[in-house]
Amino acid sequence: MKAVRYYGKEDIRVERVPDPQILNPRDAIVKITTTAICGSDLHIYGGYIPTMEKGDILGHEFMGEVVDVGRENHRLKVGDRVVVPFTIACGRCYFCKEDLWSLCDNSNPNAWMAEKLSGFSGSGLFGYSHMYGGYPGGQAEYARVPFADVGPIKVPDSLSDEQVLFLSDIFPTGYMAAENCGIRPGDTIAVWGCGPVGQFAIKSAYLLGAERVIAIDRFPERLELAASQGKAVPLNYTEVDVQAELRAMTGGQGPDACIDAVGLEAHGTTLDAWYDRAKTATYLATDRPHALRQAIAACRKGGTVSIPGVYGGWLDKFPLGPAFAKGLTLKMGQTHMHKYLPGLLARVERGEIDPSFVITHRVTLDDAPAMYQTFREKQDRCIKVVMKPGGTA
Amino acid sequence: MTTNSALHFEPSLANLERFAAIGSGGLLLMSGAMRRSASGWCLALLSAPFLYRGVTGQWPRRGRSNRSAHDDAREALAGDRGLHVRESIRLECPLDEVYRFWRELDNLPKFMTHLVRVTETEPGRSHWVAKGPGGVRVEWNAEIFNEVENKILAWRSLPDSDVVTVGSVNFDSVRGGRSTQISVNLQYSAPAGRAGSLVAFLFGKAPSQTIREDLRRFKQLMEAGEAPRAGLVGETGEVSR
Repeated sequence: MKAVRYYGKEDIRVERVPDPQILNPRDAIVKITTTAICGSDLHIYGGYIPTMEKGDILGHEFMGEVVDVGRENHRLKVGDRVVVPFTIACGRCYFCKEDLWSLCDNSNPNAWMAEKLSGFSGSGLFGYSHMYGGYPGGQAEYARVPFADVGPIKVPDSLSDEQVLFLSDIFPTGYMAAENCGIRPGDTIAVWGCGPVGQFAIKSAYLLGAERVIAIDRFPERLELAASQGKAVPLNYTEVDVQAELRAMTGGQGPDACIDAVGLEAHGTTLDAWYDRAKTATYLATDRPHALRQAIAACRKGGTVSIPGVYGGWLDKFPLGPAFAKGLTLKMGQTHMHKYLPGLLARVERGEIDPSFVITHRVTLDDAPAMYQTFREKQDRCIKVVMKPGGTA
Repeated sequence: MTTNSALHFEPSLANLERFAAIGSGGLLLMSGAMRRSASGWCLALLSAPFLYRGVTGQWPRRGRSNRSAHDDAREALAGDRGLHVRESIRLECPLDEVYRFWRELDNLPKFMTHLVRVTETEPGRSHWVAKGPGGVRVEWNAEIFNEVENKILAWRSLPDSDVVTVGSVNFDSVRGGRSTQISVNLQYSAPAGRAGSLVAFLFGKAPSQTIREDLRRFKQLMEAGEAPRAGLVGETGEVSR
């Protein structure tokens, strides 16, 4: 089959590799019909993610048709059309049973690596380094899906691939971020970062009853999308004083909840991430943890700061004092995908949201190397890239 | 340890630790240097041991200390004095099911990598076969000397064995009965007059990590019904339990 493989920094190749096979009893093999590039894939592309190896297959947002199932998989059958969540979970450990699926105990074959780094291991992930399991990803024609009797969600033929694909990651991730805000009718929510996750956080905040959502970014096309599709109030932080604007818009109180959809993009294990941290600690750079500090500074007393943006290390200059003084609630973590899939699919089916609104580029698998570059450089107003392994974009 | 580049390296613990050390060192150095004050330079000086650790893979040593690196804080005394490992793990499986699986001693090689085969030869007596150096098998006979159903299981090797070993597992109901915890104590040593290297071979350089991985595999088999496999490009062959 064809697959998008990592060979090093900015070295992505499309190559032929052997098709994946059933290896474990609960597996399934999915013939991929649509797949996407995630913002977090760009960190692999930039060479920032440790424990990536040459030849690793990328991608964790994919869907397709089941073409083979393991003997203990009694839930899927050949021909089912499914979306696959990017986190891999066994469904039977303490964390899965507690609806904390992304913290699954049993799905990372290399759990020891994560344990050495952070003391604990979360779930395995598709196509995201050996520290997260070394699973080949979904930017390919086929993928092997472990624990496929609990992960993939069947989708009806009445919905197109593009309408359901983002159930694989960014829609649930944005939704959980909004849900973590504990939104009550009438609330004002501020969202830092208008990438795809931020866009879904904005939409989800409205779905959950927010009265007004304020979107903060610096890229005009992303702010435009947040305003036109998300109905958010856009703030370009290179043009206005965000803190002053937020105070003015909320009678001096601040937003009821703030969402940091920027993050440090985790993986604080790389030299580069440590270097970033060194820079931020010395004010040589302020961009990235800046969003979280801003969110804490802006949030009203007793409010909630929700963090879907990924953090990976030991954050310096973290304003815990203000957070304490204001009695803030901080909520964060990798998305508990499996918990959200049925409810969010139902929302798509009812027409409450059409997730395809974030797509700006439709290409084939062969275009992947060029599209990684376009996406990273935010050229051509690129926000979200989907790829059709079948050929016709 | 080779000097791999930052972007291409084996996913080894040593490398991850070195990354962290270089990172911490770099952070201290930079934040210290940027202060351009006496205290700043002191801070920068503190980076030296981290950078040393990052570059050489070892912490700087003082004097003639030649202790080998421990695998971690979990107990593991390897070498001539033998080996003692204590590990515990929680599972979402009924206590009696966990006990039954463990009590069937021939199940042990399914998750204990150093074992080839365990057979119960007569009630309470068993024959153990482990992977020794150079493909040679290490064998011993053992007896169960403490057995309280759903509570504790303990065994020890009989005289004239290749190794002297004692093991016990406690089975506890935790979280108000919702979860099960097993706590394992394992002791291995070479018989008097024989080299301890045999024991070292069985468990490798990081015995408690080895046992921890074994218990993790046990938990995976019990809970998930299978041990996760990455399925690297080209990997084939369905596992049969």
